[in-house]
Amino acid sequence: MTDLLSILLYLQIALSVACLYRIIRGPTIPDRMVGIDIFGILVVGICAIISIQTEKSFILDIGIAWIILSFIGTLTLAKYLSGKKLNE
Amino acid sequence: MNNMITIILICIGVLFNIFGCVGLIRLPDVYNRLQAATKCVTLGCCSILLGVVFHFGLSDAGFKALFAIPILFFSATVAAHALIRGAYHFGTRLGEKSVKDDYKEVVK
Amino acid sequence: MRYIAIFILALIFWLLITFRFTVPNLIAGTLAALICSAIFARYYFHNVYKFLQPYRYVWFCVYLFFFVWACIRANFDVAYRVLHPRMPIKPGIVRVKTTLRSEFARTLLANSITMTPGTITVDILGDDFYVHWIYVKSEDPEVYTKMITGKFEKYIKRFAE
Repeated sequence: MTDLLSILLYLQIALSVACLYRIIRGPTIPDRMVGIDIFGILVVGICAIISIQTEKSFILDIGIAWIILSFIGTLTLAKYLSGKKLNE
Repeated sequence: MNNMITIILICIGVLFNIFGCVGLIRLPDVYNRLQAATKCVTLGCCSILLGVVFHFGLSDAGFKALFAIPILFFSATVAAHALIRGAYHFGTRLGEKSVKDDYKEVVK
Repeated sequence: MRYIAIFILALIFWLLITFRFTVPNLIAGTLAALICSAIFARYYFHNVYKFLQPYRYVWFCVYLFFFVWACIRANFDVAYRVLHPRMPIKPGIVRVKTTLRSEFARTLLANSITMTPGTITVDILGDDFYVHWIYVKSEDPEVYTKMITGKFEKYIKRFAE
């Protein structure tokens, strides 16, 4: 049980490294932003698995805060992409 | 019993995440990448959080995970809309395999 | 009226997130919910009486069932396209008309389109949705309107309009 959970955790971390590949290599700027967005969602999965392993509930709080912060960050980046001011 | 359900749900979630990341790396242009990655990774992480709900049951952690699911859903889809619209306005053209573009005449 | 609705929703959300029913926690939650409802309530919930009609919840459950089923199908669709050696994609942006009026219903329809197989909403202008489709199956507007929105639109119309 714990061994399988560790393997799944390492798989999830490897997937976020794959996202880093897209962030570094991405030919255009929107590609990099897609990578950042997906990376933010994957980290929530990592938090969830760690909260099962350590049996602590505050790590899920970190996950929820991370969702909201990454959402706001992505919206800001998208506003920047479409060439508007932040209050439009 | 609950442990079995948790492990199965987390396995399904990680499998979906793998599909999403393969799509993120393999597909040719930014729209297709965003499409594959958003769908698969969002549902994969929802599945992992559902596994956490089954593991903790009716406690504070269970409710936190249960409420993270709709937040994750709405924020991921709205972020995908904003990103794809921003990418179009930024000037990224559709890939060379594309067949149809109704949005072009409206943007100008 | 809508200030009260968003206050109750925010308070329930706070209590379920913290999950501690002590007096200081209740006071802090009430303060936070008051601030939230004072700032944000004028943007949401134009018709609060819709919350009090029970048949809407039934249709919402039916919609949720179809929605989850479409999500799971979407994942296997993406897996098929990604793992296939030649990647059978034929992307394009199509225009879809909608008959929904309220903003909440339109948001829900856009989110549903994003999570269903092969489609993602790009923009909403007037009555038109611009949808990026990973495999354009037909060029006829009536056919693809029915394929993309038809299934969800009738359920969303019943509980959110």
